[in-house]
Amino acid sequence: MEQVKCECGHVNPYGTVFCESCGKPLDNVSKPLLDMRYEGSARRSQTYNKTIIDKIWNFFSSVKVGVWLIVITLVASAIGTIFPQKMYLPPNVTPAQYYEDQYGWAGKLYYQLGFDNLYGSWWYVLLLASIGVSLVICSLDRFIPLYRALNNQGVTRHEAFLRRQRLFSSTKISDEHAFEAVKDRLAKRRYRIREENGNILAEKGRFSRWGPYVNHIGLIIFLIGAMLRFVPGMYVDKVLWIREGETKEIPGTNGQYFLKNEKFVFETYQKGKDNPVFNAAIDRAGNGAVAKKYQTTAVLYKRVGPVIPGEEPKLKKVKEYKIRVNDPLKYDHYALYQVDFKLNELNKMSFQLIDKNTGQSFGAVTIDLHDPAPSYDLGKGYRVELLSYFPDFYFDDDGNPATKTKIPNNPAFVFKMYAPDKPKGEVSFVAIRQTIEPFGNNKYKMAFAGIDTRNVSALTVRRDFTLWILGVGGAIFMIGVVQGMYWNHRRIWLKRLDGEVLLAAHTNKNWYGLKNEIQTVIAGTGLMMPIDQTEAEKKEVQGGNGHGATQ
Amino acid sequence: MKKQRLVMRTVILLLLLGAVAYTIYSNFFMEKAEVKVGADAPDFVLTDLHGKSHRLSDYRGKGVFLNFWGTWCKPCEREMPFISRQYEQYKKQGVEVLAVNVGEPKLSVQKFVDRFGLTFPVVIDREDQVMNAYEIDPLPTTFLIDKNGKIKKIITGTMTEENVKQYMESIKP
Repeated sequence: MEQVKCECGHVNPYGTVFCESCGKPLDNVSKPLLDMRYEGSARRSQTYNKTIIDKIWNFFSSVKVGVWLIVITLVASAIGTIFPQKMYLPPNVTPAQYYEDQYGWAGKLYYQLGFDNLYGSWWYVLLLASIGVSLVICSLDRFIPLYRALNNQGVTRHEAFLRRQRLFSSTKISDEHAFEAVKDRLAKRRYRIREENGNILAEKGRFSRWGPYVNHIGLIIFLIGAMLRFVPGMYVDKVLWIREGETKEIPGTNGQYFLKNEKFVFETYQKGKDNPVFNAAIDRAGNGAVAKKYQTTAVLYKRVGPVIPGEEPKLKKVKEYKIRVNDPLKYDHYALYQVDFKLNELNKMSFQLIDKNTGQSFGAVTIDLHDPAPSYDLGKGYRVELLSYFPDFYFDDDGNPATKTKIPNNPAFVFKMYAPDKPKGEVSFVAIRQTIEPFGNNKYKMAFAGIDTRNVSALTVRRDFTLWILGVGGAIFMIGVVQGMYWNHRRIWLKRLDGEVLLAAHTNKNWYGLKNEIQTVIAGTGLMMPIDQTEAEKKEVQGGNGHGATQ
Repeated sequence: MKKQRLVMRTVILLLLLGAVAYTIYSNFFMEKAEVKVGADAPDFVLTDLHGKSHRLSDYRGKGVFLNFWGTWCKPCEREMPFISRQYEQYKKQGVEVLAVNVGEPKLSVQKFVDRFGLTFPVVIDREDQVMNAYEIDPLPTTFLIDKNGKIKKIITGTMTEENVKQYMESIKP
């Protein structure tokens, strides 16, 4: 593994295909055209393959490996959309159970392989990380040799280099003016001209070659931003369910902030009330079927003094805001977004104590479903005791009344009713639309008398300090794309050799444009228009198939 | 030259490996919560059914068996008698039980306490503040706090009576 010294005197790293300076081919492969990719430089990964470090390096420096990593990640992401992700499952279900019950063995496998929480599964993160590693190594492995090669390139190129360029011509010419004229025209077309021993290298748009690497730097910054989300404090994403009238701690703020929900409003488009322009649309969807506004009228408070959870907080009002969809309350880098709601959640329930036969009422009780009182005195010897309360009633496996949650979705009560003629009391089990009298026929009954409801609003609590990093990464990514797309790296070589002028040209894209440019530049100078040797070759092959089917 | 290249490659690979390892570690193996084993248990104040307030830091010097529960949670219901029985043994040895109910009506909590004859303090976290601070996800969750106020262990899921006994033993001052 020695360095290779070219006859022009330049020393090239091992593995170089043709001399960095003069372009003389160093290998003895006799393909008609030179492979100009990476300027014939030694891609490092392909030249050293000795130690384990080299092997790892070479694995990640392969574009093929990179593409496969991306394909696998894409396929995994696609599979992740087949069944719902864990976070979208209904509450109060066990994911392991749910996937199997709903989707059979496929669901079970889906859960076991971690597709249920794709972005959080270790192998998915590992794939993303590998893509990041591949990006860095691929870029380094190509950028450094390319930079070196372009930096070291000589003006005087070896004849063999020029002859094996895609665009090449040689002209027997003695007119000195032609050379000067071409030089002037190239300079006018913003070529940077370098001259050496009467040979010319005209180059423009080298900048374009760095596009892909700038682009990769952007991607890497983007990935770093995504990685920083895992650093505590950088990223908060929580949900707050809050009822009208409630003041609650905002989760994710370490007890610093509290929010009061003054009111939640859900409005729809109504015929007659809204702009007549909407009438046709309202007719189509149905009156009151199209949502117009989801709004939480909220007051933000900051806690004063030390944070001791559970202690009645001393609050200082910070601001009032009407939170609407896409119009969050923002403060101290926190943003509260309207995301969900629940209308008419039961809040209070009223009953009347009546005589079942006469229907006579002895008074009403109102029960706070979030904190019911144990007993209610109606006067004149009438009294009701609440023995048991089930906010979200169901019969459990043993057939006993129980509650599913603490939310009053389906309240049920066990009352004991005392009256002057029933001093020992009568027991009655009351749920929505049913009454059970466990100890026989009662004289009295708790008759349903009405409800009071509240709306509940759900807000997302978000704080994201990584957003600007993602923005910067994205911007750099775009700059790289533009840089590589809208500029072409063009080079034209002119060499005087034994009364001939050799003209060769190379570009990284848009050969058609380069040919046009050369045509304009050499017009009237007597220089021969270069032949596109790739196309000439193609024509030869097609012409030689013996059928003459192609033109 | 060759050696230098190997060193460069090794350094770059190590840097990348470090970044990947940190991401994976912090994502999967590090407790993202500030409430983790070895950390100070966040202080809190809650009121029990008799109106007496309990502040965690007042229990310094004793082991605290901090249990979060709800009346609807069947596993909580199952382990409650175990906790109650073991508490009778260990309270003389300096272990206290604090049972934090996750904000249910006082009536429901009172009935539950009466049913199981619980003698340790049962407090209600009406506004979810303590739940937030301890980032309680599944119920039941139990924190073992030693006499210095440090979290020794976090247990999610049901415990057997044998478990409860071992845990209480482990936080004896």
